[in-house]
This record gives sequence, C-alpha cells and structure tokens, in this order.
Amino acid sequence: MLHAERHNLPIVMVTLLIKASPLNEPDDKAGIAYLTAKMLTEGTKKRKASEISEEIEFMGASLDASTSSDYTTISLSVLRKDVEKGFEIFSDVLQNPLFPEEEIKRKKEIIKGSLMQSEEDPSFVASKTFIKEVFGDHPYGRLVNGSIETIDSIKRGDIVKFYNEHYISDNAILSVVGDITPNELNSLIDKYLGQWKTGDKSQQTEVRIQTEKKHKDKKIVIIDKNITQANIIFGHRGIARDNPDYYAVSVMNYILGGGGFASRLMKVLRDDMGLTYSIYSSFSGNKEIGQFEVEVQTKNESAGTAIREILKQINKIKTEAVTEQELNDAKAYLTGSFPRRLETSKRIADFLAAVEFYKLGDDYIKRYPDYINQVTKEDVLRVAKKYLNSENYVLVIVGDKKKIDLSYLQPSENIKQFTY
Amino acid sequence: MKNSRFWKILILSLIFNFAFLIFSFSLHASGSPKSHETFWGTVSVKEYTLNNGIKVLIIEDHKAPLATFQIWYRVGSKDESIGKTGVSHLLEHMMFKGTSKYGSKVFSNIIQRNGGTDNAHTTKDYTMYHQTLSSDRIGISIELESDRMCNLLLDPKEVINERNVVMEERRMRYEDDPQSLLYEEVIATAFKAHPYRWPVIGWMSDIASIEREDLYRHYIAYYSPDNAFIVISGDVKAEDVIQKVKEGFEHIKPDKVRVERYKAEEPRQEGEKRVYLKKEAELPYLLIAYHVPSFPHKDSFALDVLSTILSAGKSSRLYKDIIYEKRLALNIFADYSGFYKDPFLFILGGTLAPQKNIEDLEKTIYNEIERIKNEVPSEKEIQKAKNQIEASFIFAQDSTYSRAFYTGMFEMLGDWRLMDKYLEGIREVKPDDIQAVAKKYLTDDNKTVGILIPIKNSK
Repeated sequence: MLHAERHNLPIVMVTLLIKASPLNEPDDKAGIAYLTAKMLTEGTKKRKASEISEEIEFMGASLDASTSSDYTTISLSVLRKDVEKGFEIFSDVLQNPLFPEEEIKRKKEIIKGSLMQSEEDPSFVASKTFIKEVFGDHPYGRLVNGSIETIDSIKRGDIVKFYNEHYISDNAILSVVGDITPNELNSLIDKYLGQWKTGDKSQQTEVRIQTEKKHKDKKIVIIDKNITQANIIFGHRGIARDNPDYYAVSVMNYILGGGGFASRLMKVLRDDMGLTYSIYSSFSGNKEIGQFEVEVQTKNESAGTAIREILKQINKIKTEAVTEQELNDAKAYLTGSFPRRLETSKRIADFLAAVEFYKLGDDYIKRYPDYINQVTKEDVLRVAKKYLNSENYVLVIVGDKKKIDLSYLQPSENIKQFTY
Repeated sequence: MKNSRFWKILILSLIFNFAFLIFSFSLHASGSPKSHETFWGTVSVKEYTLNNGIKVLIIEDHKAPLATFQIWYRVGSKDESIGKTGVSHLLEHMMFKGTSKYGSKVFSNIIQRNGGTDNAHTTKDYTMYHQTLSSDRIGISIELESDRMCNLLLDPKEVINERNVVMEERRMRYEDDPQSLLYEEVIATAFKAHPYRWPVIGWMSDIASIEREDLYRHYIAYYSPDNAFIVISGDVKAEDVIQKVKEGFEHIKPDKVRVERYKAEEPRQEGEKRVYLKKEAELPYLLIAYHVPSFPHKDSFALDVLSTILSAGKSSRLYKDIIYEKRLALNIFADYSGFYKDPFLFILGGTLAPQKNIEDLEKTIYNEIERIKNEVPSEKEIQKAKNQIEASFIFAQDSTYSRAFYTGMFEMLGDWRLMDKYLEGIREVKPDDIQAVAKKYLTDDNKTVGILIPIKNSK
C-alpha cells in the first residue's frame, strides 16, 4: 500500500492496481481482462448494477476500472466527506462481484459495437494493424478489449475463473492520495479490505516475449480507404521498461520525436515543410518489450514525402551525435517537468502504483534526475543505433491508395495491400 | 494490521513538501495597481488593472512549486467574416512562429527547456495562450507573452507553411471524422444570422485564402492590452508577480485600431430543421440541438442541472433507458455548456447500436424529454445532479491550470466573480425550474436534427 497525504483540497483519490492484463489471457479469450474489470461495477452480492452507479453518482464521486497492456486499475475519486461510503462500495465491487449473465451480455454488446464504430477512425485502424504486424500473436499485438470473435467466446465461467485467479490481495498494489491521514486510512483498510482473500497464483499464466526476435525485413501494409489523409505508422519492436537503456532512450526519443515542438520530426515535417498537424515518436516501455513508433497524418499526396523525411531523421540520429544544446534541452525538460507531471492527487496515485508495479524503487522520484542527467551524447548515439531500424520495419498506411506514391521505397514482394 | 504480510506500507507524504492552503480575506488597496480580493470555494483571487487597460487576476496556491500563466484575448471565430473564417485560429498558430526578438518556435523551446508546457486554443469567443512551469520561472512567460503581443513577425513564408498545417488539422479533425462533420453541419444549420454558425477552424477554402495581410489586420485589431486579460495561478506571491507583469506589459500602448464589433442576434427559430450527412461510416449517428440562452441567464442553471439529470453517468435517465434497457445506442449525451458569450445550443446525441433503427433512437430521446415535461423530477434526482456538478468543480481545482481556466472563463463572460453566482445558481435550482426550461426550450420548433447515414465505400 502506498499513501501520500495532501490537504490542499477535500478530496481522496484511490488507485488499486491489479496484475491482470492481456499478458495473462488465453489467446482465444482475448479481452477477458478488460471485460472482467468492466464487470466489477455491474452487480455485487449486495448491490445491483444500477444501485452501484446511483450511489457513486449521488456523491459526485466516480468509480472506474480500466485495463492497459500490463495491468488493470480500479480508481475511486471521492470527496473527503464521503470517503467511508466510497471505500465501502469500492471494497464491495472488488470483493463481491456477481458477474450476472444478463449484464455480461449487455457489456459484450457495447464493447463489440464500440469496436465496430472505431473502424471509422483511420488512426485506430492503422494502430490496430501496426501492433498486429509488430507483435504477431503476442498479447501486445491485439487490442486490450479483444476482438468481436474472442469476446463472443468468453463465458461467465471464464470470467469467474479469471477473477478468482487474479483479484487477490497479493496480486495488487493500493495507492491512496489526498486529504486523509495514515490513521484514518489504516482503519478504513482494516475495515473494508482486511478480509480480502489471498489466492493461489499457480494457475496464472503469463506470456513472455521472445526478446531476441527481430524483424528481418520490411513490411508495408496499405489499407485503402476513401479519406483525405494518409494515417501513417512507422516502427518496430523497442525496449521493455526494465531495460537499463530506458533513460538514454527517453532522451534520444525526446530529441527525435517525443519532445513536441522541441523535437526534430515536428520541426522538419510541421514547421519547415507544413506537411502535418501532428507527428510524434514514442517508445512504450512496458513490462515486456513494447513498440517504437512514429505516427503522422498528412494528405494522401504527401505520404511518400513524409515517410522519406521520417527515414532521413532516423538515419541522422543513428549516425550523427546530437548537439550539446539538444542534449541539455532534453535533460532539462525531462527532469524539470517532473513536478508538473505529478501535479494532481489523481496523477500521484496512478504514478505511485506504476512505480511499484515496474519496481522502480521507493526513492525513484529522487533518483530520476540522476538517471537522466547521466546520459551522454555517446549514449544517445549508441541507443539510436541499437534500437532504431531504418531497414527492417513495419509501415502501415491507411489512406486513399491511388493518391499515395511510395515509389522511392522500391516496393518488394513484402508489401501487403488490403482493400478495406 | 491483519494483512501486513502483503501490504507494503510506505508513507510518502513528505516527498512533495505539501503545504496547507492559507485562506486570505484581506483587501489590498495600495494605490495603483488597485487590487480586490474575493473568495470562492477554497481560492482567493486578487485583481489588478494596469494603466493600459490589461486586467491581471492572481490566484495564490502553494500546494506545489508550479505556476500557470494564461493570457486571454477577447477574439474568436465569432469576430470573423464570411470568406475568411478560421483567421483567429490561424493567427493563434502564427503566434508561435516568431517575433523580431525570438525566432520561429523559440517560444515553446524556451518553455520546455524550463520543464514547462505551453499551448493555446481558439474558441468561438476567445483565444487563450497558456504555460505551466516551475513557479520560479514565471518571469519567462511574462517576457515571452508581452513580446508576442506587440512584436509578432508574421513572416509570409511561415504563413504559407502554417496554412498547410491548419488544413492538415482540418482534414484530421473533420474531413475524415464523420461524427465531427455531422456536428459541423448541425451547428451550421441551427444558426443562420449569428457567426457561431461556422467552425472555429474555418471552412477549407477560407483557410486556403488567408494571407499575411488578413492575419496582420486581425492581430492589430484584437491583440492589444485593453482587449486581453491575464490569469496567473500557483505558487507565486501576488505582490511580487504583479511587479513583473507591470514591467513586462505596461509599456504596451492600447493604441491599435479597434474594428467596430457588430452584435449579431439569431432570430427565433420557427420550425424544425433537419440535415443529413452521407459519409463512409460504420454506424448511424444522431444529433439534436435546441437554441438556449447562456450563463448568466436565469434559465442557464436549470439547463445545466437538466443536462446532468439526462446524461451524467450510468444512473442518468438517457443512459438507463437507451443504453441499459433498450440497448438502442452505444453512447448517449446531453450537452449544455452555458459558457458562451451569446446564446448557443443544448445538444443531445448518440451513436446507434448495430442493427437498431435510428428513428427509434430519436423517438426514445423525445420520450425522455416529454417525461421531464410531464412529471416533476424528484428532489433526490436533482440533489444528485447538483452534487455531481459541485464535486466536479472541486476535483478540477487540483491543477493550477484548471483553477486559472475557470477564473478566466468567468472573466471572459463578464466578471470572474460570476463563479460564485454560478455555484449559488446551481444550488438554488428547483424541480419546477427544470420542468419549466424543458417546456420552454426543448420544443419541436426550436430544434435542429442531424443524422449521419453511413454509406459503404465504392472500392
């Protein structure tokens, strides 16, 4: 349990992190982690679904569950005066969910409908296709909410089993931030979470990625859609959060495309060339190796130019040292922005839980500036060479195919084309 | 503790060096600049006006070593003309493209180098620029914002580039997003006389036609101290920071030529309007918009509570009936933002669930509206809505940005002290008031309905 006391406002933020995500799912039940989390607030032994939302909303509070690629969080935001009631409902949905058949059916319909509607969004289509190409059958290669087929295959019994295996106290991190003293918190926890069961973790499955698996070729996927912009994602596998190069990669990526208007990609493709409104690069430092990606939207006719410039910038950072100024600016931002990124109680609660989950250490906040400040120009060049690849990559383009010119990429048999 | 076996106890309360907020009621009146202080919620605001007319609002809040600087210009898309829509928004982009003193994009680089973040947004009514950074660096914001208020370059080459950037922005946000495009259609249909009818980003052909001269005229006309105000919130001392603001801004003269502003008034709508949009899409989408008054009109509070009763959360009426019981839609909303200068719209809408009928969705929404008109909502339901509005107001104050934003929003509408009036007004709403506004505004003749009809592509 993690607790930070803050008395600036009469509010309390609770984040409970459960180690349950697509990493723990059987492939044919993809989406079960997400569905289980979403079902917690849909009925307990004491309360019907409608009673849970009625009671929470009457307090002006909120109680939500969400699942990321690595874990699930259940979050409560509540006014101080209602904290006891909030904790009671929180503990009820956590420990006594009933998973009523009828509610599962409703929830599945909504998830499937939303998946269908998302197909309208070209950047969603691009991103879904990209992760599939990069990660294949690994859970990172699919959507957290599953697919229409896998959702249909999830039965109530599967949810109950998944819940029993994962929603146990020794599989959780609790983080509480706000207007509450340690004594008050301890007595709430004793009262409402003291009886929370431990469990048998032996049945849990966890997929590990093959760390050495690299792309041996280029894969270009074009999805033809009648739209005005090409939605482009370029990238490949990157690093895991526990990679010691994480901090050097953070600095390098800030300079390349992570640093907003301070980044090279934004400067060249937006400011100098007027090709796009939005371009960025990112490394998702997850539990397992995550992706490196550059995402950009530009009118179909300039797709080829944009991709050429992205490749140029990647080659440049792989072959030439960054300038002293760029290095110092990146470090100054990454260290200087830390207090701002932890401004609100909600952000602190989520951050503390994540620090614990990724085992970054209790003094992470203190040590972070050192991790960043130790990075040298040589480190930046080294990690750019090591983790960026301008030869073997995945390139996904969702756009109007007949207007997109990729001739300079010398299309090979590796190009897959889809008509949508 | 019973289960200390797994609970790793770690008390982190000292890391962030949190201080209690000190409430202050004292009234400062020390010659020029004059200052007032009032109290709402847990924050006190100090008000100053410099000699050139620029007003400065300062909110001290010492919980974290951060400060937000916001400058609000009273100009938005409603101040534009046909043929040049989008000029306010493009000018907002150009404000980052250099002055005689600092080159293009230096602005954001300096802020980021100092660990800060900066951005801006344009609305129908105003354009606002903001930075949040370490409070000891607040002087940087002051220096850079005062510089670009009077020394903007508007390099013609940069104008062409940025025009392209904004056209890409429009493609991304509207052209390729059928639901946003329907929203644009509905607004453009609901209004005929008032400039709220065009989108903030502008029509595509208008954006393409904007030249340096158009931007320059707009800049000269609206970017002057007497047409702007500043909000600073965070870990600052008002007496110190106001001196810095004076040094930065007081030399700027309010001598720019102000174009005359016309007051447009939308005539009363006398019959339903309908608009259809046929686009490649997966599911039909529905929007229903009613003309309504804005805050601080006496009906605005009941409209706010009404929209909350209808759609805030899973216990709301529309959610329970349409999503939960009838499973007609994937999402549903009733949106009323009274925070416009002129009367705007109460908008309901939702995405149809697969294999359902859009007419059923529309009818069911009207049934819910009739229900409000026929049966007075219960005290408890209204209390829930008020609790939701008030709690979200309190949660929002956890960031210096949103504190400054709320203060600035009310100032933009006339006076930041209206914030008190807003919360009081919400608390006073009675069940009869809700019924009265539903009967008065949510009528057939006052509505514009938009429907997205998905077409399958020809490929």
